[in-house]
Amino acid sequence: MADAAEGRGAVRRRAGLRLWLSGGWLAALAAAALLAPWIAPHDPLAQDLFAGRLPPAWQAGADPAYLLGTDSLGRDVLSRVLHGARVALFVALVAGTLTALIGAALGLLAGFYRGWVDVAISRLVDIWMAFPPVLFAILLIAVLGTGLASIIVAIVVIDWTRFARVVRAEAMAQGAMDYVASARVAGMGRLRTLATEILPNCLPTIGVLLTLEMGIAVIVEAILSFVNLSISTDAPTWGGMIAEGRLSIHQAWWVLVFPLVALFLTVLAFGQLGEGLKDRFDPVLR
Amino acid sequence: MMFARRLAFRLATTAVTLVGVAVIVFVVIRVVPGNPIAMMLPPGATEADIARLRALYGFDRSIAEQFLIWAGGVLQGDFGTSITARRPVLELVLGRLPATLELATLALCIAVVLGGSLALAGARWRETRTEAAVDVTNGIGLSVPDFLWGLILILLFGVVWPLFPISGRIAPALAREFATNFYLAEAILRLRLDLLGALLAHMLLPALALALPLAAIIAQLLKQSLKETMHLDYVTLARTKGFAEGRVIRAEALPNAVLPTLTLVGVQFTFLIGGTVIIERLFSYEGLGNLAIDAVINRDLPLIQGIVIVFAGLFTLINLGVDMLYAALNPRLRRG
Repeated sequence: MADAAEGRGAVRRRAGLRLWLSGGWLAALAAAALLAPWIAPHDPLAQDLFAGRLPPAWQAGADPAYLLGTDSLGRDVLSRVLHGARVALFVALVAGTLTALIGAALGLLAGFYRGWVDVAISRLVDIWMAFPPVLFAILLIAVLGTGLASIIVAIVVIDWTRFARVVRAEAMAQGAMDYVASARVAGMGRLRTLATEILPNCLPTIGVLLTLEMGIAVIVEAILSFVNLSISTDAPTWGGMIAEGRLSIHQAWWVLVFPLVALFLTVLAFGQLGEGLKDRFDPVLR
Repeated sequence: MMFARRLAFRLATTAVTLVGVAVIVFVVIRVVPGNPIAMMLPPGATEADIARLRALYGFDRSIAEQFLIWAGGVLQGDFGTSITARRPVLELVLGRLPATLELATLALCIAVVLGGSLALAGARWRETRTEAAVDVTNGIGLSVPDFLWGLILILLFGVVWPLFPISGRIAPALAREFATNFYLAEAILRLRLDLLGALLAHMLLPALALALPLAAIIAQLLKQSLKETMHLDYVTLARTKGFAEGRVIRAEALPNAVLPTLTLVGVQFTFLIGGTVIIERLFSYEGLGNLAIDAVINRDLPLIQGIVIVFAGLFTLINLGVDMLYAALNPRLRRG
């Protein structure tokens, strides 16, 4: 018995560490993103053709002014990574929240009202599941034109089903419970029951999904800028830097590696934060 | 009887889904600002050019009419003509489809073997450091998407330790050896081990990038259901008969634990195929996904439509197949 208790304690400590590490990285990144205009050592767009492909400061032939080196146009990699964090986190926050709002609202309606609303929304979800998401995103951007707003719209249009499916099932399960029936018997209207009884019980699930969705939004933005369909060709985005780094991978590894590390840690952090929150707060997804 | 009715019902919903996909793609491309003609026009086109192009592609008719004309063509196997390649869309798509199917199949095999082994190891040595290690591996596998795995693999095995080529499907000189576009299947059937080796060297990294997230999902779910099965009486019986633990898991627990994993693998396999779009781009692999991105960038409307429909058809067929396989394998669904 003592062993089991100890084992649980270890699991909880590990989960706690996971939350702290991922939360810590995201907080640091958010700070860096907010302060990027002040802490970035160079203008992320400034080119210096005489300082192209300089290696990071600790390597031979480096210029100490460029801590993480420069890309082929002589732009500072560190400054571009910092400014790229602004784009990544902005998209994560705005696209994630909008997706959650729209997807959860549709899921709640389908799961609580059932009937034709449910049939219509579920059919739509089925159709959506038949689209290859990356291709759909690229197609939408091609139609909408590039730009931050288009990226956000594309993410919302593609990913609302993630929320709708889970929240629908959750609302259905909650709707079948006695407390909902007693609220209705006590004379509470349907819409009010939905808002005050069912929604609060779905919030932990929505929160976890939102965290995971932010990680997905960061990746989608990176993929779109990788195929050169994000903001503009020279705007500092991690995906754009990675695309440039992929071309010069044998000559200048640092152009690829540093934005990749930032992207990797951020996506991992959102994923781990979501999983950690799921373990701690959400009895449904666990 | 039940099976036949289930199949008929699923065929009907599949048809509805495909029509829905076709309508949405069609409408998205035509209704949203920035109409397809504008997408196709070269800079400096005159009014007369615009009018001619509109008439040529039928854009001067109503959207419903356009859709019916296009859908009628599709039903007869005519997906239109690619604007950039000036060749039938169907021909281009069928030319590239084998490369994508082979990549996805290889990735699926890797995922099943890798994920299955991890699950078996985690279940065999449950509540030990091995299981903890499997859990951590799964956690990382689950939260890192294929795009990132692709970049990491390129760095590790293409640059730091250059074991594998990082672009293309096979060296162009060797590509001439093939009679069909199913290179991998052809190399295996003709027992051309030299070609097989060259193909696998090119395909391994992109396939692995696609496989790792799926492997983690398989490992997690299969391990979970294995552990649940391990507590059942008939497994305990096998154990008291004196069978070794590894055998008990493989011969007794596995057949019963596989079913829930199978359904999930089906859905996840469609995600894997969706992932080929960007992974093919990353590895310059000449499949359908790479063609799709080119089509979007070149604003080649008929080609985009054709590719999306083919992908969607593939997705729904796989879902249908998995559903039927599940029904056939699950004794509870076998006839009432």
